Amino acid sequence: MANENKANKQPLPTLSAADFAPVDINQHESEVIKRESLTAWRDTWERLRSNKIAMGGLVVLVLIVIGAIIGPLIAQWVHGYNYKSNDLSATNQPPSSLHWFGTDDLGRDMFVRTWMGARISLIIGLAAALIDLLIGVIYGGIMGYFGGRVDTIMNKFSEILYAIPYLLVTILLLVVLKPSLGTIILALTITGWINMSWIVRGEIMKLKNREYVLASRSMGAGTGRLLFRHLLPNASGPIIVTLTLSVPNAIFAESFLSFLGLGVQAPISSLGSMVENALTGWMFFPWRMLFPALLISIIMLAFNLLGDGLRDALDPSLKNK
Amino acid sequence: MKKKSWMMLLTLILVIGTVLAGCGSAKETATTDSGTKTEEGTKDTGTATEPAATDADLAADQTLHLNLSAEPPTLDPAQAQDSQSNTALRFMYEGLATINAEGQPAPGAAEKWDISEDGLKYTFHMREGATWSNGDPVTANDFVYAWQRVLSPETTPAPVYAYQLYYIKGAEDFNTGKTKDFASVGIKAVDEKTLEVELTNPTPYFLGLTSFYTYYPVHKASVEADQAWAADPAKMVTNGPFTLSSWTAGSELQWTKNDKYWDAANIKLTNVTASVVNSGATETASYQGGEIDYAGAPTGEIPTDQIQPLSQQLPDEFKLTDIASTYYYEFNTKAEPFNNAKIRKAFAMSIDRKSLIENVTKAGQTPAFGFVPTSIAGLNGEKFRQTYPDSGYFKEDAAEAKKLLEEGMKEAGYTTLPPITLLYNTSENHQKLALAVADMWEKNLGVTIQTKNEEWSVFLESRKTGNYQIARAGWTADYDDPMTFIDMFKTGGGNNTAFFSNAEYDKLIDAAYKGGNDPEKRMQDLAAAEKILIQDEMAIMPVYYYTQASLTKPYLKGVTTDFSGAINFNHAYLENH
Amino acid sequence: MARYITTKFLYTLLSLFILITATFFLMKAIPGDPFMSEKEVPAPIRARLEAQYGLDKPEIVQYVNYLGNILQGDLGISMKKLNQEVSHIIGQTFGVSLRLGLIAVVVSTIIGVALGLLAALYHRKMIDSVVMVLAVLGIAVPSFVLASLIQYLFGLKLHWFPITGLKDVLGYVLPVAALSAQPIAFIARLTRSSMLEVLHADYIKTAKAKGLKWPAILWKHVIRNGILPVVTYVGPMTANVITGSVVIERIFGIGGIGKVYVDSITNRDYTMIMGITLFYGIILMFARFVTDIVYVLVDPRIKLTSSKEG
Repeated sequence: MANENKANKQPLPTLSAADFAPVDINQHESEVIKRESLTAWRDTWERLRSNKIAMGGLVVLVLIVIGAIIGPLIAQWVHGYNYKSNDLSATNQPPSSLHWFGTDDLGRDMFVRTWMGARISLIIGLAAALIDLLIGVIYGGIMGYFGGRVDTIMNKFSEILYAIPYLLVTILLLVVLKPSLGTIILALTITGWINMSWIVRGEIMKLKNREYVLASRSMGAGTGRLLFRHLLPNASGPIIVTLTLSVPNAIFAESFLSFLGLGVQAPISSLGSMVENALTGWMFFPWRMLFPALLISIIMLAFNLLGDGLRDALDPSLKNK
Repeated sequence: MKKKSWMMLLTLILVIGTVLAGCGSAKETATTDSGTKTEEGTKDTGTATEPAATDADLAADQTLHLNLSAEPPTLDPAQAQDSQSNTALRFMYEGLATINAEGQPAPGAAEKWDISEDGLKYTFHMREGATWSNGDPVTANDFVYAWQRVLSPETTPAPVYAYQLYYIKGAEDFNTGKTKDFASVGIKAVDEKTLEVELTNPTPYFLGLTSFYTYYPVHKASVEADQAWAADPAKMVTNGPFTLSSWTAGSELQWTKNDKYWDAANIKLTNVTASVVNSGATETASYQGGEIDYAGAPTGEIPTDQIQPLSQQLPDEFKLTDIASTYYYEFNTKAEPFNNAKIRKAFAMSIDRKSLIENVTKAGQTPAFGFVPTSIAGLNGEKFRQTYPDSGYFKEDAAEAKKLLEEGMKEAGYTTLPPITLLYNTSENHQKLALAVADMWEKNLGVTIQTKNEEWSVFLESRKTGNYQIARAGWTADYDDPMTFIDMFKTGGGNNTAFFSNAEYDKLIDAAYKGGNDPEKRMQDLAAAEKILIQDEMAIMPVYYYTQASLTKPYLKGVTTDFSGAINFNHAYLENH
Repeated sequence: MARYITTKFLYTLLSLFILITATFFLMKAIPGDPFMSEKEVPAPIRARLEAQYGLDKPEIVQYVNYLGNILQGDLGISMKKLNQEVSHIIGQTFGVSLRLGLIAVVVSTIIGVALGLLAALYHRKMIDSVVMVLAVLGIAVPSFVLASLIQYLFGLKLHWFPITGLKDVLGYVLPVAALSAQPIAFIARLTRSSMLEVLHADYIKTAKAKGLKWPAILWKHVIRNGILPVVTYVGPMTANVITGSVVIERIFGIGGIGKVYVDSITNRDYTMIMGITLFYGIILMFARFVTDIVYVLVDPRIKLTSSKEG
């Protein structure tokens, strides 16, 4: 800005009328929009696509999803391994051409199990995060937007839910319902959405008195329009950051549940429960921890990079910057 | 834009780097493990006799550092029920008898005792000069008071282990409220120095029982002064070699030597410190880092994954001890399809116990084909299992098992077996074994097995209510006699969660209860009962007899363990190191 | 303000009441009880135990009795840790978790905000990239993996810090590091994202155009506005961290309240479960309350709505 000021102070060159020539103006042509009209999502996608890091994250995620789908099939096809069959003559083998990721304490092939684990973890993480997002945004949006007594009561309700010992809820759920992936996801989302709702509430409270919101409101915009056209898109930054963290949180929370015996039922395992299982002996059998831990880390990394890119792409206030 | 692509690369490298950090250091140990499978450690029979150290060898600081994997829930002998409390209480109390390094009852608070001809009456003569930590003499009345307190229906909370005293005449009736008068119970202080105990049946292992914590004396004045005496080190008056000096909830317990203890001259440790860490991996790290002098069972745990590598890395410190516990799978004999004996037998015969032990549990356990473990005493100095080997009960034979299964299915009228779920309580070790066993059944019998784990309390509830088909189970001896295992499956017994019922078996157990004066016959009855339980009926499927794995620093000497694996540090000492 | 606080306080009391009620009946609904053990407790002894702890009465009576005790400030006696007051155990173990947790909160807030601010100010420069790499790593490595790795490396191999316990200052280093890694990463990202938004806001341009000095802009406008999401996060995080991390306590052998809590649930130690839940509820609600107040203090645009309407 300082430079611009300086530039203004430079003396203007002298010009004569001969320096100017009339331009043909085609009235019709000037009304034509040169730039292709883009929908909001298309616009976001275009901007996301130009962000190489975010695209890198997306590509890695797609690769992992493909791996989770076909990885176990490859090993089954090449060597005939499956995720549950033991081979007690080959326990704790380091990686080799026979077992690409080594074997675990029951001689099961780690390559198959790692990709199966990725499959389970991704399902759990994504499902839990999406449910958290849905409930959290609606609940938090309402709290933040309406404020006052609605906010106080809803806020207190979420606090109570948050304070109820979540292990008790999980144990009860597992006793009442059959232990399954759905039950685990349900257990994770019962309190998982609360954090999201608090973030959204905070953002909405901050944004709702902004000038453009007031302007829109004074022009007769309804609650829905205000929330979905103005408030939530402007709050998308923190929401997306929180969302990208809900996935790892759900994945870690599941591994904590398996650690207490409340997670997925063996012989099925998640990446988290595999790392947890390998933890006591990782200094002796590092490959049992390395591959699942690495995959968790890469998944987290990819989600975060993608999340950052999405945030930049979605945030209207950062447009063209 | 270029800058950003290397950033992603850098991030990836860092992630990989962090995780690989563990890899480099581990490679060396991994290679030693990859090819050969060596027999781990040397098995120890449980007793250790070392030449006494001369004072010159002793370290200047005689502070023993231990870890307990759980905080003792109580330090009131009447209320204790678990091995952590046992370890802690053993520092602080002494019963009438103690168990010596050879595993035999030896004089403790009682100097000597007489046993009547019929084996029903015990007269204990109290030790001259035995005192409480405040200087009061330990008298016969202290034992009467302590035992009455265990049995009295008035005691709050009701001592669960009161039934450990039911051998005493009239004790059960008094405890359950059938009689109100304590005079009807066979416990009597003839005078300050003489205690008379009458039993219901001749009980060959009664002397051993008097060393058990439920039989410890308590100091009447301090117990009556404060309901919460056992939670406060300042209020505990005890009669053992050490006194509790501090207790930080959830973190640490400390004991110091009790100079008033009658044998204080032979106690070399001056202080004992026990941390409370419930992670096996942390405990072994703490041990290797020199923070504690002893790691592993019974005070803590060595993770299964570390047993084999540690036994090779620290062969002189690593030890496996046979203990009186059996790991078995319990059939619900009232639930399909295990209400058929042939099907039960087929399952028991179709696993490879040796392979499970070598490759899964890895702690040198003994394959079990019976119920009574190897370390339980029999007669004439022999172990019960030596006199009555378990090898004849059944054999592992997959082909034979398959045939039996088909016969059993025909008997029960199945064309296909109903779905089978193997239930276990949450624990990495139980999970591993359950998966391995289920896999063997699937391969050898061609059946489909679901495995299911449940949180501990839910699991117990499932077993007690019979809401299972086959479940993991374990049993640890209460006393050094086969009865502690074999009477479990009496019809309607509280611990009979297999819901097993056999008239012949019940008759043999009843005979053995009363048969204390004919030890030979009694042992034969017990062995015959075990044969019915396993060979004929296969109400349970034995898997292995437990061992416990431990690490002892080479400079820590004089540590002993008894038949059940309970540990005694009272006469331990630290050499210069 | 006084009215606002009173209203909030009353709502908090009501919430605690609902919390206690919900937890009580939830706890009773799950299988098991404090007296379960692998060896069967003989029926007469069990009956006596139940009578002594009042568990033989109908649940609703037990519930009313419990409420009565709480109103008298009595959390009762643990059913598993015999003859020990619930309040005593909470006091001893919470002290440990509180010290550790507060250090972790302070460390992670300072480092997190500083890193996030740096990244925002040098957006798309070298520093930004480095901070984001660190932040992503902090999130990408599970805390129990990180804790095990640093314990092995700095404790067992290098002997720089103790492996277990919090006996001295050095003992705090590894647990605090393991506890802080994730919050630092989260706070740094949150700060960066929020600061970036603020830096591009029109009022910052206005402030610049007005000729305000940069440090003043930074302090008065950027940080005050950009810190809100961090405040939202740090409040509940504090409540979370000081109430003990079971994983960190387990790995570093720390006698904190997190472990006691999980143990009480697995043991079905009813009085202990209720006591700690109530205690946690109070801490959580207090933290949320403080968060709301801090909100008003840092952002004058937010009105204490309930004082007007409620």
